[in-house]
Amino acid sequence: MADSPRTGIKSFGAFIPRRRLQRSAIAAAHGWAFPALKGLAKGERSMCSWDEDAITMAVEAGRDALRGGSAGSIRSLTLASTTAPYADLNNAVLVGAALQLAPSTASSDATGSTRAGLSAVIAACRSGDGEQLVIASEKRQAKPGSVLEMQVGCGAGALGIGTGEGVFARFLGSETVSVPFFDHFRKSGSDFDYGWEERWIRDEGVGKIVPKAISTLLKRLGLGADRITHFGVAGGPSKSDIAVAKALKIAPEKILPDLQATVGDTGTAQSVLLLIAALERAQAGDVIMVASFAQGCEVVAFEMLAAAPATGRRGLAGSIASRIEETAYLKLLSNDGQIDLDWGMRAETDHKTALTQLYRVADQIFGFVGGQCTACSTVQFPRTPSCVNCGATHTQQPYALADEPAKVATYTADWLQFSPSPPLYMGLVQFDCGARLLMEMVDVGPSGIDVGTPLTMSFRMKERDKLRGWDRYFWKAAPAA
Amino acid sequence: MATGIKDKVAILGMGCSRFGERWDCGTEDLLTEAFQEALKDAGIEKKQIEAAWYGSALDRVNVGNSAIPLSTALRLEGIPVSRVENMCATGTEALRGAVYAVASGAVDIALAIGAEKLKDTGYGGLPVIGKGTFNDLWMPYGSAPAGFAQLAAGYRAKYKVSAENLKKAIGRVSWKSHQNGAKNPKAHLQKAVEMETILNAQIIASPLGVFDCCGVSDGAACAIVTTPEIARALGKRDLVTVKALQLSASAGREQSTNQWDGSYVQNTRNAARAAYKEAGISDPLKQLSMLEVHDCFSITELVTMEDLGVSADGEAWRDVMNGKFDADGALPCQIDGGLKCFGHPVGASGLRMVYEHYLQLTGRAGPRQLKNPVMGLSHNLGGVPYNGVCAISIVGLEGA
Repeated sequence: MADSPRTGIKSFGAFIPRRRLQRSAIAAAHGWAFPALKGLAKGERSMCSWDEDAITMAVEAGRDALRGGSAGSIRSLTLASTTAPYADLNNAVLVGAALQLAPSTASSDATGSTRAGLSAVIAACRSGDGEQLVIASEKRQAKPGSVLEMQVGCGAGALGIGTGEGVFARFLGSETVSVPFFDHFRKSGSDFDYGWEERWIRDEGVGKIVPKAISTLLKRLGLGADRITHFGVAGGPSKSDIAVAKALKIAPEKILPDLQATVGDTGTAQSVLLLIAALERAQAGDVIMVASFAQGCEVVAFEMLAAAPATGRRGLAGSIASRIEETAYLKLLSNDGQIDLDWGMRAETDHKTALTQLYRVADQIFGFVGGQCTACSTVQFPRTPSCVNCGATHTQQPYALADEPAKVATYTADWLQFSPSPPLYMGLVQFDCGARLLMEMVDVGPSGIDVGTPLTMSFRMKERDKLRGWDRYFWKAAPAA
Repeated sequence: MATGIKDKVAILGMGCSRFGERWDCGTEDLLTEAFQEALKDAGIEKKQIEAAWYGSALDRVNVGNSAIPLSTALRLEGIPVSRVENMCATGTEALRGAVYAVASGAVDIALAIGAEKLKDTGYGGLPVIGKGTFNDLWMPYGSAPAGFAQLAAGYRAKYKVSAENLKKAIGRVSWKSHQNGAKNPKAHLQKAVEMETILNAQIIASPLGVFDCCGVSDGAACAIVTTPEIARALGKRDLVTVKALQLSASAGREQSTNQWDGSYVQNTRNAARAAYKEAGISDPLKQLSMLEVHDCFSITELVTMEDLGVSADGEAWRDVMNGKFDADGALPCQIDGGLKCFGHPVGASGLRMVYEHYLQLTGRAGPRQLKNPVMGLSHNLGGVPYNGVCAISIVGLEGA
C-alpha cells in the first residue's frame, strides 16, 4: 500500500450550529396531527440560526481546517452543497473571501446531489494539484411534520488535501457507481425533498449498491474487509450503515457514530463529517472507509499514516460539544422562512446594498481585515484614510481580526430593534490587540454575557435584502465556547 | 484672539408648542404655534426677522429636507433660511446659527426654530434610520435605547455598582422627571409615576425599562435673538443673554479604540469644558441655577451629572438617590420634565431646553418656578454615547 504517491488529508475542520433542537419539541408540536412522530423523538438535531447558511457554516469549517496552516498556500477551493444560497454567483468565491484565500485560488461550487461532498474529496485526492480545500456544507430543510424534519440537521466539514509532507491520512482509492436509483429528489427552486419508501431505499438501494462498490474497491486495493477500522455510510435511511457492514462482515464496533443522536443528517456534509469523525479517532495504520449513497454511490478509502496532529481545532467532537439546547420549535420554522411572523414596522427597513461599496471594502467585510497605523501602531476597524488615534493619513496596513482574542466592553439586549432572533445582543467588542467596534453578539446561552466575557468571531449573515434576494454577510461575536 | 459668545447676543423672545402626540396638527402647525408665541413675546413683526435657521433631524420620515418646509410654513419670503441637522442635537445647532449671525453683525434679528413630527412615522420610539453605505455593511442596527443602555454596563463595571442599585438610581432619575412634568401644561407626559411601576416595567434594552426611555413626541420650539443693544432699544429689561454655545463631535476614538471605558460620554466632557470656559464658570454646581440635560434615557442623565462635573465620578447614582437634582435639590435638573416627560421632538429639543431656562430666568415658569435663578445649562446629545455629538448652551441674566 505504501507504493502510491503520498496524497491525502493534511488538515480538517468542522462546524455544527450551536442551536440543537430537541426532537421531542418537534414531535410535541405535531402531536395533534402526527402522533407517530413521537417514536422518533429521541436526541437532538442541529438547526441554523436565521443568520447561518451553507456559506457561513462553510467559512467556519474552513477556518477550523486552516488553523495552524496558511490560507495563502491554498491553490483551490471547492464548496460542495445542495443548499448554497446563490444559483448564479460562485458561492465558493464568497467563502474564499471570508477565509482570506489568495485571489489566484481556483474556486468552484460542487452540487447536484448530496454525493457532491465525497465526489469533491475524491476529485481533490486524484488531482494532486497543490494544496486544496474541500468544504461540504448543508443547511437542510424539510417540510413541517415530515419524518425528514426529525432526521435532518445542518453542518459543515472541511478537508485540507495535498501531497507530500503533512499528509497523515493517505488516499488509497475510490469507487464510483452511477445508476438511476432515485430515492429522493428536489427540483431546482423547490424548498423540499420528495422521497420514496425507506425500506426500498435501504434494501434495494443502499443494501445492494454500496456493498458491491466497497467490495470492488477492497479487491482492487488488495485488502480484506477486516482491514477496515472505521466505517461510515452517508445518504441512506437510518441503520443503513449497520446493514452494509453486516453484508460485508465488518464488525459492528468499526461503524462510526451516524450523528443522528446529536446532529442529524447533514446531506452533502454528512460523508465529510463521517470522515472527520474517523480522523479524530484513528491511529497510524488504521483504514477508513466511507460511502456516500445517492444515485449510486461514491466510496473512498484512506490509510492513517499517523494520528492527526493537534492544531487546537474545534473539529467535529468539539462542534458537537459546543451546544445550546433549543426547545422552541417555532424558531426553526421562523428561521427557515416557513412561517412569517409579524415583526412589526421595524422589520420593514430596506437593506439595499451598494455593490460598488462592498467591492471597495471586500477584505474588511468578508475577511474582517481592519488596519494598523504605521505611525502609532493602533489597530482599528474599519480601515479608513485617517488613523482613529493619531490622525495620520494613509498609514493603515491590513490587520486581520477574525482570530484575535476579544472581550465584551459594553453590551445590551435590545428588545426594541428588529431582530429575527430577539433580543438583539449588541455592544462594543474590545480586541486584545486594541481594536474595538460595535458588533452584534450571537449564540448567547442561558448564562448570558457581561463586561469582560471572552468572545470569538463568527461569520454570519448581517441583513437579508428580501426585496432583491441579497444577503449581507459580516462577522458577529459569540461567547467563547 | 477669540473672545467667545458671552453676552454678545440676547434672547428677544421664545416660543414652544405643546409637545406630545399631536394627532391634530402637522409640522407647519407646530412651527406656527411656537413661532407665534415667540413673535408675540419678542414684540416685533415678522418682517423684522432677517435670517432663519431651521432644525429638523429626520427628513426621511417626516417633514422633508431643505429649508423650504420652514420658509413655506412661516412664509419667510426673501430672507436667507437654512436647514441644519445634527441628530438629536439639531435644535441647538439652529440656535447656534442664529446667534452667530447676530454676533457677527451680519444681521440684527435672527430666528432659530426646530421641529419634528414623529407621530406621523408610525413608530413607537424613534424610527429605524441608517441608510449609509460602508457602515451598513458592518455596524449592527441597534435601537436608540440599545445605544445608551451600554452605558449601564460600562458604569457598573467601572464603579462596581450592583445591577440592582443602578436600576434603582436610574429609576429615581425618571421618577423625579415625572414629578416635575406633572407641573408642566405643555409636557407630553404630565403624570407622576410610582417607583415600583418604573422598576417593574417591560424591558426595552437591558437594563432600561419603558420608563427609562423618553417620550417620542411631536413639537416645535423657537427663539428670536438679537443684540443686547437692540433688545434694550425695543424696550426689553432684565435681558437673558447667551453665555456659551459649544459642540463636540466623535471622531471614532470611543468606539474604535480601547481609550473609553463605557462609563461616561466624552463629547459631553469636551463641550462642558469649553462651555464653562466661554461662560466664565469655574464651579458649575455653585454657579449654575438649573440644568436641562439630554435625558433620552435615564442612564444618560445619570452619567451626564458626572460629565458636567456636578457629581464626582462614580457618585452620581448616590447623588440621584439623595435628591440632589430634584426640584428642591442642590441643582434642579429637568424642572420642565425633560425629554422624559416634556417629550422629544428631535429637531426641537435643544431649543425647548433653552425655552425652559428662558421662562425660569424671566420668572414665567408658573407652578414650577425656581427661586431667583441666574444661569441655566442645556445639554443636547445626538447619536450614541460612543459615536455622537454633544451641544451645550448656557443662558443667563445679563451680567451674571
